Amino acid sequence: MSDIFKPVTDFMQTKIPIGSWVETFIIFLRDNLETFFDTATEGIETVIDGLVDILLFIPPPLLILAFAALAWLLAGRRIALFTFIGLGLIFNLGLWIATMETLSLVTVATFISLLCGIPLGILTARNKMANNVLTPLLDFMQTMPAFVYLIPAIMLLDIGVVSATFATVIFSMPPTIRLTGLGIRQVPEELIEAAEAFGSTPRQKLFKVQLPMAMPTIMAGINQSIMLALSMVVIAAMIGAGGLGGLVLRAISRLKVGMGFESGLGVVILAIILDRITQSLGKRNKKNA
Amino acid sequence: MPKVVIDKLVKIFGDHPEKALKYLEEGKSKEEILKKTKQAVGINNVSFSVDEGETFVVMGLSGSGKSTLIRCLNRLIEPTRGKVFIDGEDITTMDKNALREVRRKKLGMVFQRFALFPHRTVLENAAYGLEIQEVDRAEREKKAQQALELVGLKGWENNMPDQLSGGMQQRVGLARALASNPDILLMDEAFSALDPLIRKEMQDELLDLQKKMNKTIIFITHDLDEALKIGDRIALMKDGRIVQIGTPEEILTSPANEYVEKFVEDVDRSKVLTASDVMKPPSPLLMLKDGPRVALRRMKENGLSSIFVVDKERTLKGVVLAEEALAAAEKGEKTLDSILLTAIPSVSSDTPVTELLPTIAESKLPVAVLDDNGKLQGIIIRGSVLAGLAGQMDKGGTADV
Repeated sequence: MSDIFKPVTDFMQTKIPIGSWVETFIIFLRDNLETFFDTATEGIETVIDGLVDILLFIPPPLLILAFAALAWLLAGRRIALFTFIGLGLIFNLGLWIATMETLSLVTVATFISLLCGIPLGILTARNKMANNVLTPLLDFMQTMPAFVYLIPAIMLLDIGVVSATFATVIFSMPPTIRLTGLGIRQVPEELIEAAEAFGSTPRQKLFKVQLPMAMPTIMAGINQSIMLALSMVVIAAMIGAGGLGGLVLRAISRLKVGMGFESGLGVVILAIILDRITQSLGKRNKKNA
Repeated sequence: MPKVVIDKLVKIFGDHPEKALKYLEEGKSKEEILKKTKQAVGINNVSFSVDEGETFVVMGLSGSGKSTLIRCLNRLIEPTRGKVFIDGEDITTMDKNALREVRRKKLGMVFQRFALFPHRTVLENAAYGLEIQEVDRAEREKKAQQALELVGLKGWENNMPDQLSGGMQQRVGLARALASNPDILLMDEAFSALDPLIRKEMQDELLDLQKKMNKTIIFITHDLDEALKIGDRIALMKDGRIVQIGTPEEILTSPANEYVEKFVEDVDRSKVLTASDVMKPPSPLLMLKDGPRVALRRMKENGLSSIFVVDKERTLKGVVLAEEALAAAEKGEKTLDSILLTAIPSVSSDTPVTELLPTIAESKLPVAVLDDNGKLQGIIIRGSVLAGLAGQMDKGGTADV
């Protein structure tokens, strides 16, 4: 019996070298786009460091008040109160610097995500072909274990905040692309017809009708991207992201449960503040829409 | 020159219309073509023209192709074959920019479900057409404001559309279409989503507005009463074809085929029938020179109790009653002068039947139908009104009333 199937099993055991293909591809990228990656590294590093410097330059009590005021303005009194107490607790636990580092990284990564994600989302809504190509790619990006992104990030950009940003951007971009596309596709056909019947150019249709109508959905996507970025930033501590994730990582390696819990709490507080504020931004948009 | 001309327009939905076109030419039915080619025929060889200032109604049930047709006029749907001329220019061969100009300057569209932009105020909605033409803010808001006043929405400028009732929302839709002052209004089931009372109100207002504006209106509806009320002419559509084009009266009184007849069956005929639809030919008549004896004989021969008297130009002069003619004849009078009654109930030929009824009820004499010059067109007796209302009965056909 086994003899009959031997050729088949032999054939099946001949490994398809997917892994080495990917390796070759990444090495190709590294060797040929070196200047690009170097410039990008420098640019992103400067921005993130600059942001951290600014946040740390402002006296913490003042910054806490400023954040609380912002939360009040955008999300109401309850969230403002939570922000005030939450950030106060972070300061009290001695997590202030780490939190500001994490916040800077999340901000920059989210910004890059939106910068690429919103146009890509618009593209998927307007072009069927682009949608057919991007949808499986997005599925891939979201289901591939997040840790895997760390390896090419290091290979291309070396250990540090920039490779952490890179991995974070890749991981957090899909919801923005998906929900931007969804939001635009969901605009009722009759409104599109109305825009066209009055002689709108495609550009006018996009900016005067589709994007404003899709705004609540796009905001939901942005909110999701921010949350994913925050969760990835912790993982990215493994490749030098620092911040709260760095503290968690240190707690793990030293088995310090208290320290791990405190740093984790910092992440949770930051997540809740960012989530509530961006959510209420989306709701405000819906109300205006 | 007609404002809009549609010439042999065909729309086939599907990726491979060529085969369907061929079958269509061979006269195959919509169902056959769908079965054989998987292509759906939306519009099948439709031609008509609309004059400037005319209100042209396209009427049909859902699936008849009427909404597809109106969308071919501004190419929201690309026609498969055929031509659409607006002011003599062929829309179907225009490039994108030229088409956009036509849409901006010449065509205004009103939609069934209003299609207002929910994120814009009433004023911003009305100004949309001008905004995308990059008219400056003050100018476009002034014009939008005027359009809103025209449709009776003064004071609502800064509300959001969802704060308005359905009828008011559609007024915004109408104002949006009017603000850029297009020659042509495309109205796609514009009042169908409204409550019956509001719908009637909007129809009346459209008629009023049309008197002031004199636009060319192409109006789509599935409601025959609405079509009859609004349309100068009506095109009846079925399965993508036009079954009949005619004035409301023509559609009602001489349906082209059984399908139209069935459609027309339910209409409240008294609303649209006019005196000329129910009158009878005015014979026999007396001339002024005739005497009482001739009058008597004519009445006897025809079993009448009265007879109308006209001059050579058929201008109505009066009526003679049988009893008085008898008396005059016995006295030996030679002329009708002494017995001619000049106070005759009369109506003009375009009086709706509903308005006739009181006149007929009050009068013992038949009612005379006169044209603008006072010439006798016909007479109405009570029986002929009933027959007119009964409609199909006098065609001796299928009526089972």
